[in-house]
Amino acid sequence: MGITQILFWALSIISLFSALMVITSKNPVFSVLWLIVTFFTISGHYILLNAQFLAVVNIIVYAGAIMVLFLFVIMLMNLSKDTEPQKSKWLKLAGAVTGGSLLLVLVAALRGTESRMTELGTGEIGLIQNLGHVLFTEYVVPFEIASILFLSAMIGAVVIGKREVHSPVHKEVEKLDEMQEVMH
Amino acid sequence: MFQSPFRGLGFMDIKYYIFLSVALFVMGIIGVLTRRNAIIIFMCIELMLNAVNLLLVAFSKMHHLAAGVANPNAGSEAQLFVFFIMVVAAAEVSVGLAIIVMLFRNTHSVDVNFLNRLKH
Repeated sequence: MGITQILFWALSIISLFSALMVITSKNPVFSVLWLIVTFFTISGHYILLNAQFLAVVNIIVYAGAIMVLFLFVIMLMNLSKDTEPQKSKWLKLAGAVTGGSLLLVLVAALRGTESRMTELGTGEIGLIQNLGHVLFTEYVVPFEIASILFLSAMIGAVVIGKREVHSPVHKEVEKLDEMQEVMH
Repeated sequence: MFQSPFRGLGFMDIKYYIFLSVALFVMGIIGVLTRRNAIIIFMCIELMLNAVNLLLVAFSKMHHLAAGVANPNAGSEAQLFVFFIMVVAAAEVSVGLAIIVMLFRNTHSVDVNFLNRLKH
């Protein structure tokens, strides 16, 4: 067993353990921190597979941006262990049994797959040079569409997150109500 | 060009990657089913997306090993697909968190059971 295999098993164990801690932690802040650990181990898997671009993007986008956003929202809402809503014991058991059955079925179905090797550490398709070349030649239209998606998501987040109490429509409705009262 | 420190050190059976991804995906599903906090449910969805991403990258390397001699770029489509999944996930998170913040502002809780008032 070479060093890459040892690294693979170590990363797998850490990622499974931290994923388990994400769903079992009572405090939402700890869940977020464990999820960041999971994303770092998945980035480690990407480096092991020599997908360097995706490893860096995973750390920057997921562990850096998205999880900070989650942490920010949790801190803003002042959530903690005491305010955490809990499902009843039987519902939790039912959920765990359902997931376990799915795991059993998937593992049983995929156990007999043909044994194919995936390469670790070699191959240059995951490097930024190759991926950037393919992205900006063959996939340039989806790339531009992604920018439009980001713009619409940004506008949507602003519109949804805006307070509606003092919106112009609300003022108009109030004005109409006042006018009707005066007329009566 | 930067070379990986693990260059040429080994091959891994694709089965182990499949089982690892399945386990991570199932953990995400269990989290969605057993938690009531909307933010945790959202985080479990992110976990499921990452499990699928990991499997796609492993499959892309497997395909590259099989077809890389004929086509040097074989397998790069899967990695670009993962990149686009990350883009969509980032957009989804911004809108979803805005919705959760609005839910919290209206009900002063992030309990998804309060969302059943949409029925009435």
